[in-house]
Amino acid sequence: MWIGLSTFAAPDGARVEPNAITTRAVRVSLFITCLADQVFPEVGVSMVRVLRRLGCEVRFNQQQSCCGQPHHNAGFTPEARRVARSLLDAFDGDDHVVTPSGSCAAMLHHSYPTLFAEDAEELARAQSLAGRTSEFSQFLVNVLGVEDVGATLERTAVYHPSCHGTRLLGVGNEPLRLLSRVRGLELRPLANSQDCCGFGGLFCVKLPAVSAAMTSEKASHVSATGADVLVGTDLGCLMNVAGHMRANGSKIEAMHLAQVLDSGHAQH
Amino acid sequence: MHSTDLDFAERADLALENQFLRKAVRFTVDRLRNGKAAGSAALGDFESWRERGRAIRAHTIANLDRYLEQFCDNLERAGGHVHFAADAAEASEICVRIAKDRQAKLAVKSKSMVSEEIELNRHFEAAGIEALETDLGEWIVQLAHEAPAHIILPCIHKSRGEIRALFERHAGAELAEDTATLAGYARKTLRQRFLEADIGISGCNFAIADTGSITMFTNEGNGRLVTTLPRTHIALMGMERIVPSFADLAVMAELLPRSATGQKLTTYLNVISGPRRANEADGPDELHVVIVDNGRSNQLGDPDFQAILHCIRCGACLNVCPVYRQIGGHAYGSVYPGPIGAVLSPLFQPEQELATELADASSLCGACHEACPVKIPIHDMLVKLRERNARPGRKSRTERLMMELSASVLSSPAAFARAGRVARLLQRWTIFDGSRMTFLARRIPVVKNWLGTRRLPPPPKRAFRDLWPDLEREVKS
Repeated sequence: MWIGLSTFAAPDGARVEPNAITTRAVRVSLFITCLADQVFPEVGVSMVRVLRRLGCEVRFNQQQSCCGQPHHNAGFTPEARRVARSLLDAFDGDDHVVTPSGSCAAMLHHSYPTLFAEDAEELARAQSLAGRTSEFSQFLVNVLGVEDVGATLERTAVYHPSCHGTRLLGVGNEPLRLLSRVRGLELRPLANSQDCCGFGGLFCVKLPAVSAAMTSEKASHVSATGADVLVGTDLGCLMNVAGHMRANGSKIEAMHLAQVLDSGHAQH
Repeated sequence: MHSTDLDFAERADLALENQFLRKAVRFTVDRLRNGKAAGSAALGDFESWRERGRAIRAHTIANLDRYLEQFCDNLERAGGHVHFAADAAEASEICVRIAKDRQAKLAVKSKSMVSEEIELNRHFEAAGIEALETDLGEWIVQLAHEAPAHIILPCIHKSRGEIRALFERHAGAELAEDTATLAGYARKTLRQRFLEADIGISGCNFAIADTGSITMFTNEGNGRLVTTLPRTHIALMGMERIVPSFADLAVMAELLPRSATGQKLTTYLNVISGPRRANEADGPDELHVVIVDNGRSNQLGDPDFQAILHCIRCGACLNVCPVYRQIGGHAYGSVYPGPIGAVLSPLFQPEQELATELADASSLCGACHEACPVKIPIHDMLVKLRERNARPGRKSRTERLMMELSASVLSSPAAFARAGRVARLLQRWTIFDGSRMTFLARRIPVVKNWLGTRRLPPPPKRAFRDLWPDLEREVKS
């Protein structure tokens, strides 16, 4: 099934040479997510470059917008369904769908089955989409079988495991396995890493003080590591924690995993 | 603490200002969840135990009528009396009537969340009967005229200094602030009261259907005194609190203490099968079990919420909840706080304001589900509650309008792209680098709430979708 990937799926996770040639490319359709599209386009650019270096043929369908999670989590189910339907239309093919958000991937995996439970045809399309959709780190490690993407970044970093990715989607140590192979990167452990950062989508603007208290505790743990880069796989969480820390005078930089893995390569 | 004019956000703000409370809560929930991590790891494959626990609870609740009937038959055969209470008022009435019929003056209580749910102490007070809490934490909150702030640790929010001050006021004398002195004072004071009491009131962690027994998992020994010394014992139990047999109790005995405190087993595990028999030295003359519905049976058959009846009240979801961690229990304004309380309260009291506001008191991080020893999908239930709350007429028109409008934009990629361009322009005009708020930005609640404590990243010049044509060419060149 993964013809052409044998080059990369070395059992010891050996380094993959950039621009390696494959016999048949894996087709990836990028689910950029509304947040990365509009606020962090550079994350999408890094994803595209990393995936291409690994031999994937990357596509982007302009007919996508949002997975509908904001509406779903607010309880506005018919509105969520309406938004989610547009995503079903955008990814109707058979490509792998890869996204820079564990939370949005979890929406497809965890919530679409109930969201589309009442229409067999839509449910089948939703299940097909969920079955083809991976969060970025899971796609690299579990689908492509890659851990070392040949990146170099001389920084001190700390990784925050986002809640929806880990708890609803089942992202485990994939991001850490990828990060541990980045040359020059010093990875420091984060205390209470499993605690929510306080983002929670609309939660952070509906209950701003409670959210800020949660973020403040997360920020204190991040600060205590002395790291200068906060790495994650969900941009909402990164934007929240780094935004809080920078408002309080920290120089911390938030980087999506894709940006770290895209580091140290000569850009096109 | 339950009736208040403040809404949840305001109550939470008050709690956030109380640094003593926050420090005490964080300290204790850390101890509890670390204990749970160690205690559950010691059991080996905890996931398989969770699955056994879930299966037992699911089976029992799916056959609740059968097991309740079996339990009642066996309890009556053992000489106990069974009372059914449809709601909180009836449950309290039954207890008060039993006490009055026996000219009781003093009832000693061991810990029971159902007794909090039915406001038993208030009803006893109104009837002129003293109801005295004998669980140390419950006694402390009773002295402070407060409600429990946690379902297993009622005084989680109190520092040692505050407890000392309460005890000194009660003693009318100075006391040292060490645990031995404070616990010693409680023991000495309460011991005499056990001997004076006419009625003992307890909760029930699990009732066993095939023997008609009730069980209590406790750590202080007061439960034994409450259930053996007074001549009459009243046990309060939620109608869902049943397991079919001792074999099932054995599984729950592994899950409950480990999930609650990390203990392998609580210090005491009481199994009570009827009142004192003729040839026995200890025990009450009468045993009354009050089985409380109070909204529980409404959840039976509801595919979204029946599983809430699986709850074994371990408190693990409170200990991992990042919201509870910051604000403690009282801000919830409900008898049961934390994630489980946010689901239980609206189900038990659907007509109250709590029904809508507590569902929002969560970032939906899912830590509650992960911690639950019987795998209740609490975060999914919170979303379902929000869905109920979003029905027309129950939400502000502004929020509904915003949701409908944003759904229209997001379901049309072209409109979404245009809206993004406008938003980036607006952000550049109003907030610039996100570090300062302009007059205009301060007028938009969502922006104001975000920027109150955070910066926004600077807006990119172009969205990813606008960069894509260049990226696509990159590979072809």
